[in-house]
Amino acid sequence: MSTKLNILVPVKRVIDFALKPRINKAGTGIEKTGVKFSINPFCDIAVEEAVRIKEAHKSLVNKIHVVSIGPTKAQDVLRQSLAKGADSSTHIDSGEQEVEPLNVAKILKQVAEKNESNLIILGKQSIDDDSNNTGQMLAGLLNWPQATNAAKVEIKDDEVYVTREIDGGEETVKSKLPLIITTDLRLNEPRFASLPNMMKAKKKPLEKLKLKDFDVDLSARLEVLKVEEPAAREAGIKVGSVDELVAKLKDLKAI
Amino acid sequence: GSTLAFVEANGSEISSASLSALNAAKQLGNPVVAVLLGSGSKSAASQLNKVEGLSKILVSEDSQFDHQLPEYIAPAISQLISNNDYSHFVTSATAVGKNVLPRVGALLDVQPVNDIIKVEDPTTFKRPIYAGNAIVTVKSNDAKILLSTRSTAFEAVPLTASESYPVEEFTPTLEKLPVEWVSENLVKSERPELTSAKIVVSGGRGLKSKENFDKYIFPLADALHAGVGATRAAVDAGYVDNSLQVGQTGKVVAPDLYIAVGISGAIQHLAGMKDSKTIVAINKDEEAPIFNVADLGLVGDLFEVVPELTEKVKA
Repeated sequence: MSTKLNILVPVKRVIDFALKPRINKAGTGIEKTGVKFSINPFCDIAVEEAVRIKEAHKSLVNKIHVVSIGPTKAQDVLRQSLAKGADSSTHIDSGEQEVEPLNVAKILKQVAEKNESNLIILGKQSIDDDSNNTGQMLAGLLNWPQATNAAKVEIKDDEVYVTREIDGGEETVKSKLPLIITTDLRLNEPRFASLPNMMKAKKKPLEKLKLKDFDVDLSARLEVLKVEEPAAREAGIKVGSVDELVAKLKDLKAI
Repeated sequence: GSTLAFVEANGSEISSASLSALNAAKQLGNPVVAVLLGSGSKSAASQLNKVEGLSKILVSEDSQFDHQLPEYIAPAISQLISNNDYSHFVTSATAVGKNVLPRVGALLDVQPVNDIIKVEDPTTFKRPIYAGNAIVTVKSNDAKILLSTRSTAFEAVPLTASESYPVEEFTPTLEKLPVEWVSENLVKSERPELTSAKIVVSGGRGLKSKENFDKYIFPLADALHAGVGATRAAVDAGYVDNSLQVGQTGKVVAPDLYIAVGISGAIQHLAGMKDSKTIVAINKDEEAPIFNVADLGLVGDLFEVVPELTEKVKA
């Protein structure tokens, strides 16, 4: 590859994947106080992939920049990403405001332009809103190619080969830079940030911005009318033997 | 206004996910125009004559669409939407639909409503968030509404009509981007694919080893012509490939029958399977949370129960 890589990795802080989210009393959203938050698992995979590209192609990568839009606490996931090998970071303080994927993509477009990014790696979706939108939208706004749901990324000469998870299997696409990649679960297993690296990460740059620093109309397009529990399953029964199980399944016409 | 519905086909066969998206499109109450892209679109279009209640079919046989690259599909769709009076665009939330819809949203400056499970009215929809642990009702305030549909939530429209819809060809303006399709590797398993299987047999950490997973789970799946799934713990322990993972960060399945073997029922696994029609749990720990969502629970040693069950369903 003749051009140096400026990798941008947007990351999001979300309720930890192992917790069951609770709906707030007003039925307007998810209870967020007193809940453990972590980096969105797919974003963690994106950070890991960027670091692996840098480790495999040292002379090729100029820098890895991570960015997060979220409350002040989102700086924690930036620090972790810096500890894992990112070089610099930007926190865009959004307070408690929810920012829709389209508006996130518009902000990220400006961040990418400012950082002269030519490879953007993002999680395929965040496990809170589950929209699976931001990477594709950013690609559309920038008019760049997109390789979503990546299971494998290889750089060969001046092209990036991405094996993508699709319904029923995989496909491979190749593209020149600039390019957007979104990560699927199988791409890699993220490393843990060691304590010494967490200490070193405190010295790496963390730029602090606010939403109003960006020329983006943040008004929401989607109005949340209510948030509710999914329909509860009716209580089941215990069966005492395999014969009883098979008989019940036949009654239900399940087998 | 009218509704534009994106239809995927494999050769001349319309995908079942698109047939369920057409059901959602019809529920919006406006005339439905179907659009098919790529070589062979016209022959697939003729299959749509078996669907009741469409108004017309648009096709473009440009071979640039043949590998469903979103870099070409998205501008083609967004041009159709901008140049006509469509109030809605609907696609199924397949791998292709998820790849294309947000890009269309960016081109049209619209925030799509993704993966809907219910049409409340033409601007209000229900969709799962937090891996289905909550359902949000949202109203779109955009001038054009872009939707993707979860195919387990809408029945496929029947292929029983004999209409003769007008078929119109159109020619979108496509800018060439430096991306190319290289190859595909589709899983050629004798077993049904996990996300579309009518029955899924899943194994968890209770299997204790890869050898046991192979010995106990696969024969039961084969006896039931079922797909095979696994928990994150089973994948992390190396029992199976992680393409089989069911859960919040894996695949979401909703088969007619889900048999959970040696699975405790961690929240993140339940998120991936709790919409299954009938859930069976086999676990030696009667306190396991999986029993809270199971219709039929059998407390017992899976290494005895599963072989017996395998024999008895074969009989």
